[in-house]
Amino acid sequence: MEHLNDEGVRAILYQVLFVLLAGMAVWYLASNTISNLEKQNVATGFSFLNLEAAFGISETMVDYEPSDTYAHALYVGFLNTVKVSAYGIIFTSIIGVIFGIARLSHNLLVRSVATVYVDIFRNIPILLQLMFWYALIINVFPHPKKALNPFSDVFLTNRGIYVPIPEPHPAYMWMLIAAVVGCIGAYFLKKWADKRQAETGQPFPTIIAGFGVVFGCALFAYVIGGMPTAIDTPALKGFGLRGGWNMSPEFVALFVGLTVYTSTYVAEIVRSGILAVPKGQWEAAESLGLKRSYILRHVVLPQSMRVAIPPLTNQFLNLTKNSSLAVAIGYPDIVSVANTTMNQTGQAIEAILIFMTVYLTLSILTSLFMNWFNAKMALVER
Amino acid sequence: MKVLKTLAVASALTATAMVGAVSADTVDDVKKKGFVQCGVNGGNLTGFSSVNDKGVWEGIDVDVCRAVAAAVFGDASKVKYTPLTAQQRFTALQSGEIDILSRNTTWTLSRDTKLGLNFVGVNFYDGQGFMIKKALGVKSAKELDGATVCVEPGTTTELNLADYFRANKMAFKPVVIENMNEVVAAYLAGRCDVYTTDASGLASQRMTSVPNPDDHIILPEIISKEPLGPVVRHGDDKWMDIARWSMTAMVEAEEKGITSKNVDAMLKSNDPGIKRLLGVTAGLGEALGLDEKWAYNIIKQVGNYGESYEMHIKAKLGLDRGVNDLWTRGGLMYANPAR
Repeated sequence: MEHLNDEGVRAILYQVLFVLLAGMAVWYLASNTISNLEKQNVATGFSFLNLEAAFGISETMVDYEPSDTYAHALYVGFLNTVKVSAYGIIFTSIIGVIFGIARLSHNLLVRSVATVYVDIFRNIPILLQLMFWYALIINVFPHPKKALNPFSDVFLTNRGIYVPIPEPHPAYMWMLIAAVVGCIGAYFLKKWADKRQAETGQPFPTIIAGFGVVFGCALFAYVIGGMPTAIDTPALKGFGLRGGWNMSPEFVALFVGLTVYTSTYVAEIVRSGILAVPKGQWEAAESLGLKRSYILRHVVLPQSMRVAIPPLTNQFLNLTKNSSLAVAIGYPDIVSVANTTMNQTGQAIEAILIFMTVYLTLSILTSLFMNWFNAKMALVER
Repeated sequence: MKVLKTLAVASALTATAMVGAVSADTVDDVKKKGFVQCGVNGGNLTGFSSVNDKGVWEGIDVDVCRAVAAAVFGDASKVKYTPLTAQQRFTALQSGEIDILSRNTTWTLSRDTKLGLNFVGVNFYDGQGFMIKKALGVKSAKELDGATVCVEPGTTTELNLADYFRANKMAFKPVVIENMNEVVAAYLAGRCDVYTTDASGLASQRMTSVPNPDDHIILPEIISKEPLGPVVRHGDDKWMDIARWSMTAMVEAEEKGITSKNVDAMLKSNDPGIKRLLGVTAGLGEALGLDEKWAYNIIKQVGNYGESYEMHIKAKLGLDRGVNDLWTRGGLMYANPAR
């Protein structure tokens, strides 16, 4: 009995007890549910995944037919979720940083515009914003037959945006590979430029040169690949426009809604990050005679990143999770497809389990990446 | 395998709370709480279930629940309504949130089996149709290749749509929005070329939600069979019997010529069938575990099937009886013998 007075032993004992109790509670709920479902004759298990889905999905990144399985339909939904989240996160970051900096601008107009933007879009529930954007697109833009035509062969309609794209050709694959090679080249160019600057003090226009390398490589591959010029142009056929590249109103509404909403939070995080950098850093850099834009980019932003990254991770996770509101405006994301599946098969628990797993996985992956990034950006103490 | 399954469900449950245990004896529960909890269409589907200007639910689906309440309590008003979307309806019934689902729901084999539900009967024979803007000049569903189609998710409609286009080797793009009013709004805004649902639903929407009904036509093709009827949980036969025979009583009453107006006079009828139905000769009520006046109360307070149809479907949507007429007049409505 003496051991029970030992602080270390007791700590372990409490933890073991807690895990046991929690486990038992979960086990009780689960077995109770299963036996209830069995009693009610509700089908259980995941075998439904191999049955024919038999419903259509409007936009898919991989081939999908109603004759495919539920598993494939859910995969299509998953890809749609990933697509809107990935685009959303990229554009949210860019727009958020711009507005965050703009809120601290010395220019009254820029500052006011940024403040109004943030205050408006941050304070309206995201679901209402999605419905607003969706209603705006389908009610304001015209029918394909009277499509707005801002540039030749670009069409804005209530069925989405249509732009011409080059017809498939092997040269484009080579261009992509060349661009990747170019990126690697640009990375080494930057290393070299940094080293030279450290040694000689000579600056090097890394950004322009880097873009030059990437585009140069791609252009080279394009010329070598035979310079394909065939273009797939959207044209009126049957009920609407066919051909070209199409972004559906559902995707645009969801993407714009999520990006605008989340970017206001990102803007505030960026602003607080910048304000967290002591004024002395600005003054020190100014006294060296550096330009304001140069100070911002090389002195202040790198330091503010350290403050901003953890809350930014949160916003990226929020954006991914908020994409499930797609159900309200008919974008076929994982929740929408899983909902339909649940309704056609009656297997609610399994379907919910699937999309919970999807969001959990996406969130954990995002967190892991951001943690890695955070560690990389963190102040290295020497 | 069982362990795996339990684990899987366990993790789902830690985040999603299940609604409390479902009792196997619905009729006792209903009697105890004093009302029937009835799941109806929340999309204001005129003719089937909608709220009138006095704030009262009405429609042919609503009448099923009122009939059950009249049979159990002798008072058709003892019903509480839960408006549901197509996607919510089955879970609401499975979990015990509602006692009976009367929400223009199609009777299919997999719903009857895998969902753990039982269909009670058919209160409206329907079929799926298409509504399209007249200006597009389409005369037949066969001309719909490449069309964008607005449809509600989680419905048989969604599946029939895919089947029909597959069978006819046509392409289509579905626009799938959960809320029925939002689907119709998307169609009206021109997001879709076509709106598809049960033909009665199209008629109902055209009457109520479409600003210029004459600009829209309903295509002649009916692409499916949609027997719509109320649903209860599997494994509660007593409750299913009550629901089934409440519906049957309404059809039987029409066959026998008993209406809400003449039901009191009919109590003096010499027809032994009428005497049994109205409880003048005892027996049927006891068999169902109800008051002998059960059918009398239904007919008196809700009316017979024909009255219900006239008041809600014919008067509001202008749809003739058609296949929903009595079998004696060439329709499909046929009351099994109440004896």
